[in-house]
Amino acid sequence: MARRRRAEKIQLVLFFTAVALLPLVVRNAYYLHILTVVGLNLILATGLNLLMGYAGQVSLGHAAFYGIGAYASGILTATYGWNPWLAMLAAIVITSAVAWLVGKPTLHLKGHYLAMATLGVGIIVSVVIRQWSEMTGGPQGLMNIPSITLAGWELRSDMDVHYFYFVWGWGCLLSVLFSNLVASRPGRALRALHDSELAAETLGVDTAAFKVRAFVISAAYASIAGTLYAHSSMRFLSPTPFDFHKSIALLVMVVLGGQGTLWGPVLGAATITFIEEVLRPYADYDIIAYGLLLMFMMVVMPGGVARALGSLADWLRERIARRSGERDE
Amino acid sequence: MTAVQVWQFSLSGLTTGGIYALIALGFSLVYNATGVINFAQGEFVMLGGMITAAAMSAWNLPLWLAALLAVAGTTVVGLALDRAAIRPARRASIVVLIIITVGASIFIRGVASVIWGPEERPVPAFSGESPISVFGAAITPQSLWVLGTTLVVAVAMWMIFEHTVIGKAMRACAINAPAAQLCGVELSRMISWSFGLAAAVGAIAGIVLAPITMTQYSIGTMLGLKGFCAAILGGLGNSIGGIIGGLLLGVLEALGAGLISSQYKDAIAFVVLITVLLIKPSGFLGEEGGGEL
Repeated sequence: MARRRRAEKIQLVLFFTAVALLPLVVRNAYYLHILTVVGLNLILATGLNLLMGYAGQVSLGHAAFYGIGAYASGILTATYGWNPWLAMLAAIVITSAVAWLVGKPTLHLKGHYLAMATLGVGIIVSVVIRQWSEMTGGPQGLMNIPSITLAGWELRSDMDVHYFYFVWGWGCLLSVLFSNLVASRPGRALRALHDSELAAETLGVDTAAFKVRAFVISAAYASIAGTLYAHSSMRFLSPTPFDFHKSIALLVMVVLGGQGTLWGPVLGAATITFIEEVLRPYADYDIIAYGLLLMFMMVVMPGGVARALGSLADWLRERIARRSGERDE
Repeated sequence: MTAVQVWQFSLSGLTTGGIYALIALGFSLVYNATGVINFAQGEFVMLGGMITAAAMSAWNLPLWLAALLAVAGTTVVGLALDRAAIRPARRASIVVLIIITVGASIFIRGVASVIWGPEERPVPAFSGESPISVFGAAITPQSLWVLGTTLVVAVAMWMIFEHTVIGKAMRACAINAPAAQLCGVELSRMISWSFGLAAAVGAIAGIVLAPITMTQYSIGTMLGLKGFCAAILGGLGNSIGGIIGGLLLGVLEALGAGLISSQYKDAIAFVVLITVLLIKPSGFLGEEGGGEL
């Protein structure tokens, strides 16, 4: 266990160092922007991974928490002139409260009631964002969101590299937090209940309480990503990025990457973000291809990319071994 | 708000409710056979309406023939979905299967938008437009068609499940799949049947709905999600519960839109859903301890 933790820590350090060096190679503003989006999706997927891969629950409306985080800090700063950091904190409090209210009653029941309830929350939030125009700007969007200042240093909207480091800095912080959390006693309790709820309960784990906590934390992660999005280079919010399809895209990132693995969210977030960007120019045909790809990837790799790569490696190794065996004969 | 208005809202709500009830039936069919929530159910509804509208305008087919074609075409799509995407992934987890059905719904919607474009398409009312007065409230003949169709489909389903071998085998699979297989029921065939039937019922809902609201490639998502609410409301997997849930949801939505706010009409069904989940999570006709995804 201790050795695995060490290996994990080294991997994390290596990975985020490599990411930090990326802007030296990637100079194109558009590519940098896409990489920033990967960072946002990584935060979202990491939070959802805690819920799905460890607490064994599904959220079909996680984009709602992303949306609440984005709009709460957008409205508080643009309309009410709050400091963005204070707004971020307020957004986390609001999302956590909503998650707690939904999770508390539904997670005490056996079965997937949370999935159904979050589906409802997701749609309600997206309808409210669209309809409450006086507050959210409705379909026209919320404009003039101020920039965020970090220790006296203002993140400028024309400098994509600022946002790249800002988002990935948070991504690094939250990934390390996640890895520590999963290795801690509550994390072990979560994994135990994912494997067998009954066994975990027998060993004195208050399974429902742990699930609620995991859900609230995953919602808080989404809220932080939302705030980062609101203050990102666009400084503009519209309802579309927070609808039902975003919730599904997040679900796909976690499942495709590999639930309950440290690297799953990275793989999933990167894959889905790149697919979406590659398809974007092909209007009308993009959703056909996206739908096909979703089906295809899930049919071919139901256990996620990480596991698919693992079994591919096994298959190659076996083949090579057989080849060399044949040669020996 | 007068009593007559409430009555009027309830009547029009019942019409939409009939549609939700049919969609809920489709959800229950697939759920009972596979344990999967088929998010492509709403697209079956869209296909029913769109194929009818397109066949009538492109080939000048009479309504009944276009409708028949729409049901047949949608059933083929349902069977193809099972064959191409669900069956190869049968061993996968439920979440994976759900993502597959979402992928299918996105795919179907995309193809529909390419073939038929973004325009709203009309389908003529089945038997005229002159409203009928029912105790002071007006109801269109098409609403009666919707409610009548819901009733006929419900009775037909009941006949299938109670009186045919296929129906009994499907019920057996829903209750205990391994035991049913031991008795010689072929599970994958039953799953095919459930997808085919669900697609046909969805198409029927889309056809009777089309004259009321017009039809468009993108109507499936919201209708599907609301039908899903109806299914949970009545207890997922319980057909009668789903029908009652659908009718109730339609009425609550119409009353909520009329009395409280039409702006938030689309949110009402989901507020009802969450309320029910908090009070009686298994739905009012569902069994306690159910609700496995």
